[in-house]
Amino acid sequence: MRPGNILLPGAPPVHDAAPGWGRRLISVVIWLLAAAYLVPLAVVLLNSLRSAQEIAQSSMIGWPKTWEFGNYAVAWGTFCIAQTCRGIQPYMLNSAAITLPATFISTLLGAVAGYAISLWRFRGDTWIFGLVTLGVFLPEQMRLLPWAIVLRDVGLTNTIAGLVMIHAVQGLSFTTLFCRNYYLSIPQELMKAARIDGAGFFRIFWRIVLPLSPPILVVTVIWQFTGIWNEFLYGVTFTSGTQQPITAALIALATSVADVPQYGVQNAAVVLAALPTMLIYLFGGRYFVRGLTAGAVK
Amino acid sequence: MNLAAKLRRVPEFVVIWVPLLLSAGHVVVFTAWTSWISFTPSTLMPAGGWVGLRNYTAVLATRNWNIAFDNLLLFGFSFVILTSLVGLILAVMIDQRIRGENVLRTIFLYPLAVSFVVTGTVWSWLLNPGMGVQKLVNNLGWTDFRFDWLVNRDMAIWTVVLAAIWQASGFAMALFLAGLRSVEADLVKAAQIDGAGPIRIYARVILPTLWPITISVLVILLQFAIKTFDLVRALTEGGPGIATQLPALVVYDFMFQRGNLGRGSAAAVLMLLTLLAVLLPYAAWKYFAARRAARA
Repeated sequence: MRPGNILLPGAPPVHDAAPGWGRRLISVVIWLLAAAYLVPLAVVLLNSLRSAQEIAQSSMIGWPKTWEFGNYAVAWGTFCIAQTCRGIQPYMLNSAAITLPATFISTLLGAVAGYAISLWRFRGDTWIFGLVTLGVFLPEQMRLLPWAIVLRDVGLTNTIAGLVMIHAVQGLSFTTLFCRNYYLSIPQELMKAARIDGAGFFRIFWRIVLPLSPPILVVTVIWQFTGIWNEFLYGVTFTSGTQQPITAALIALATSVADVPQYGVQNAAVVLAALPTMLIYLFGGRYFVRGLTAGAVK
Repeated sequence: MNLAAKLRRVPEFVVIWVPLLLSAGHVVVFTAWTSWISFTPSTLMPAGGWVGLRNYTAVLATRNWNIAFDNLLLFGFSFVILTSLVGLILAVMIDQRIRGENVLRTIFLYPLAVSFVVTGTVWSWLLNPGMGVQKLVNNLGWTDFRFDWLVNRDMAIWTVVLAAIWQASGFAMALFLAGLRSVEADLVKAAQIDGAGPIRIYARVILPTLWPITISVLVILLQFAIKTFDLVRALTEGGPGIATQLPALVVYDFMFQRGNLGRGSAAAVLMLLTLLAVLLPYAAWKYFAARRAARA
């Protein structure tokens, strides 16, 4: 199955098996389930607007008595995480500074590599492709130590540039796989015709492949952005202090508030940390699902 | 080909080979590197020398690893089976032309957009007996109510299962739904003409066509289970004690908290071997399925 033809909204259901009352019952049950899935989100959103005392006196689950919108300002700018009292702002900016370039680089290089493997064909391409695919499965734990040594040797320990490098290189496995699978649907005749006309590697990429690419590039960018923004292990291992991405800072925050609970602010921090990927998901959900199913159903 | 023509193709080779060598190369080199370190007496720093399988026998003898591996089996199987089941049920229900299908899909999938760190943190609050669900019910008047899995050694691993199902069942749903939507209408119509009811149609006609997707879902979820790290780190920190330890946490613990790179690497290789035990049969199955399809 090619990526792109799955789960288009409004795809007609093939079968309409349930009789009327049955369907109504199913409808009720599934909306109840949906409500249950929303509980964690609702709890965090409500808590982010409650005061710490109120949460401590009642519980984490409840409707705000007073609306503490100030929690967000504190969480963003003045809250103390591990002796630094600038809120989550520096860590959010770190995550952005890691995610944006790494997403861009891995997508661009992955598109070229996917194009080379799928359309240009060269000796050993299936072998190389096999190894690239293995990169999708290889556990991060197998790469932790080599990356630590590489970072030390190139002088990028505890830097944002170091994490950009790691995510750009590792992201290539995914982006190459996605793009290659997509480009396989471009007919070889088109390539042959272009080559007969004298077009070379780059010209074909710019003139033929890239204009056909927006659907897959959107999928890849969304997928990479979400993955890198949410990444935790490398962030916590290779950076410390104010160089850390937001995922690592959230854990540090959870530990540092253990003495003086600041639940309202902490919930606001969680909301802010999850916001970029949630927004991308809300606006690009269709592509998000395509990326999800593309690799798996193939 | 003359020299000028060859030179003109240099940028092309660079652009093709640099990304490919980086992505394929780092997989090969890093795997070999970590494997090699697992056979050395490295502690805080990578060191030369050869200790054979000593790191492996040492890791396999620790309580930490054994608990982690038992947990992986329990977590892996229950998470994979329950998530697929929930996903399948959701997909079948959504497939009934329910009003608001797009909204429902969005709701069931949104946890996947959130990081495991966020999921773990939020669930650790909900499940914390001192401030989550238990406290809520206690405050409502049922003061004897207990829901303390998070701090209960025997039950804590189930909180990880619960949070992981919440996060991943939308993924299973999306794949199953894609499968349901690609069932041929003629098959269903033929069954309807034969007088089969909806349950029979699902059991006999529709679900059997889903098994290739089911295997993909199982394998993807299982390899995810083997790699689980962030979720446990944020939800239970491996505790209480080491009750919810998983292999990925043991690797981290050996490498960066106990400063024993040799044993950490050995644990990482053991993780990889576990993963291969899942992936190799899957790859073989895919290979033979593709060959069979090509022949047919």
